[in-house]
Amino acid sequence: MENGYKLSYLDNLESESIHVMREVFAEFEKPVLLYSIGKDSSVLLRLAQKAFYPGKIPFPLMHIDTSYKFVEMIDFRDKIPAKENVNLIVHKNDKYIKKRMHPSKFGMDKCCKFLKTKSLLDGLSSGGFDAALGGARREEERSRAKERIFSFRDQFGAWDPKNQRPELWSIYNARINPNESVRIFPLSNWTELDIWHYIKKENIEIVPLYFAKKRKIIRRDGLILLADQFNSPKEGEEVEEAMVRFRTLGCSPCSGAVESEADTLDKIIEEVMIAMNSERENRAIDYETDGSMEEKKKQGYF
Amino acid sequence: MHKEKDLLRLVTAGSIDDGKSTLIGRLLYESKGIYKDQLTSIEDIAKKKGEKEIDLSLLVDGLKSEREQGITIDVAYRYFSTQKRKFIIADSPGHVQYTRNMVTAASTADLAVIIIDARKGVLEQTKRHSFIATLLDIPHILVLVNKMDLVGYSEDVYEKIKEDYLQFASRLPTHDIQIKPISALRGDMVVKKGNNMNWYDGRTFLHYLESVNIVSDRNLIDFRFPVQTVIRPNLDFRGYAGRIESGVIKVGDDIAVLPSGKKSRIKSIETYDRKLDKAFTPQSVVLTLENHIDISRGDMLIRQRNVPEIRDELEAEVCWMAEEPMEEGGEYLIKHTTNTVPVILKELRYKIDINTLHREEKKELGLNDIGRVIIKAQKPIFFDPYVRNHKTGSFIIIDELTNATVGAGIIWYPSATLPETENSQ
Repeated sequence: MENGYKLSYLDNLESESIHVMREVFAEFEKPVLLYSIGKDSSVLLRLAQKAFYPGKIPFPLMHIDTSYKFVEMIDFRDKIPAKENVNLIVHKNDKYIKKRMHPSKFGMDKCCKFLKTKSLLDGLSSGGFDAALGGARREEERSRAKERIFSFRDQFGAWDPKNQRPELWSIYNARINPNESVRIFPLSNWTELDIWHYIKKENIEIVPLYFAKKRKIIRRDGLILLADQFNSPKEGEEVEEAMVRFRTLGCSPCSGAVESEADTLDKIIEEVMIAMNSERENRAIDYETDGSMEEKKKQGYF
Repeated sequence: MHKEKDLLRLVTAGSIDDGKSTLIGRLLYESKGIYKDQLTSIEDIAKKKGEKEIDLSLLVDGLKSEREQGITIDVAYRYFSTQKRKFIIADSPGHVQYTRNMVTAASTADLAVIIIDARKGVLEQTKRHSFIATLLDIPHILVLVNKMDLVGYSEDVYEKIKEDYLQFASRLPTHDIQIKPISALRGDMVVKKGNNMNWYDGRTFLHYLESVNIVSDRNLIDFRFPVQTVIRPNLDFRGYAGRIESGVIKVGDDIAVLPSGKKSRIKSIETYDRKLDKAFTPQSVVLTLENHIDISRGDMLIRQRNVPEIRDELEAEVCWMAEEPMEEGGEYLIKHTTNTVPVILKELRYKIDINTLHREEKKELGLNDIGRVIIKAQKPIFFDPYVRNHKTGSFIIIDELTNATVGAGIIWYPSATLPETENSQ
């Protein structure tokens, strides 16, 4: 009889994530779901719909718009509120966008700090949010492997890796003082492959950039950049056409594509299963210095 | 099909230099749990330090400060899967803060893997880890005698360690304990059997991981449904959202609500995908009832004839996790299922010396200590003894002033009702 009560690992992960989201809603005053438009956010959104069904998602979504996101991402984002019946806040750090902050001019670290980290902290404080749900996964990067599902942040939004709250069983300590906040990662235990299997199983719509297609590209410092309004060829570079797709999506100047023939979910899953490199291989921010993700998180980055 | 795989959570514990990182590295590598660019980044570090061989522990040591100091300071979670299962490894560092970390890592594990260096045999650390694994009631313990290559793959050495370990383990509550000889470095008995230990006819480590039966470890008997939140999209719908922490429920089943004791019947089991006829642990669902009862977060739905303990005084093994020692008679909060309740940690009955398993009369419970504590709660809580139900038998202790999680508790039987048959499966 036991076999009738067996849960597949995806169902298991789904149930854990739903449990986490409900704890967040029940324990915090004002949660927000950080929506990055990527595949993990798409899964997070579906899980939030499941957690509160047949009710609506009882908190808003917020996108931190650096102004360098791929055009296809923004098109996809702008259809979300009507399609999914959610409240979406778009937050931009206009002050630094006006100052023409750009990675090539100020360096990647600084650009990220002002357009992402600082903008995120401003967005959270201006909305009075005390809990921010995000789609980060422990498998993605080694400092993330050590992060709690409920990740406590001080009044500066900073993460202190040496002083994390012990997290046992599935009992989450959500208590904070005024001005402090918690980042919550319901997808902590999911891997890239789990995300793809779930997208297929649930028939979740994602940004078309994830699928391989002939696109105009520029090759630069080992990265394949999309030739779009943000990236134009420097001297000695040329725009070429290639069959590429993106494994992760971020800002156009810092997110590289991979050459791929995977134009369907099944082909993507097959590609991920035999992949030799991690999904963040083309995310320049992780490699700038040893422990650079960890440093960013200490400053308040996701 | 990939998605039909099940999930096994394991904790690995070892002592310094016993080859744990090599073992995890090999598992991740052979099952593609590690990628080339991640490997390249640790190869670069080895080059920078002028070392010839790459240090696989760098894959596990995630924090910069850990790599600088060459020690692991926190639990790391690692993921890999095979054709049969998906695995989550909670890797607990062996030396610093070992009790706090291992208790944390062990709290969700189905299986504990404890590693012994074949040259050193059973150490104090081995005993500590085994004790914590049994305290946390991990259903399966696998002891790996590693570095067999360095003792000439000797059956005698293995048999001696096995005998020593089992002699020590006989003092622990009975569990499913298995022992295997391996060489993580050479690969013997890890994924492939190899030809060096033909005297051993057991399964390989990976084969064991893929086949150990975990379905029967779940409690499918006692229906416990702590309410997380109430879902009210409109006046006609009132549903109770939560996760079935144990047991099974069907539409039409009679239920009772704690603490009110009011009775009703399951009208529907709702999920986003479809309405269900039955649901079971650990599914997250929304339940609706035949009649309207006042129910809110912290309440628990149960079966009328299967009721948990309802008490405001309980006895628990407490693992203390804060620098500042536990204050006997001090006021704290506990979070138990979906309830947060003020408590007084009334009496420290004894502390356990986790090296000798002896009880010590001591009036202080400090960081990384484990002791038996009598707790008085402001209101009754609904619980089951931990050995019967991990989800309703566990809690965390919170310092109300700092909001820190200062301890973890495992609820023991109220002494008056301790049945004789428990702990002896």
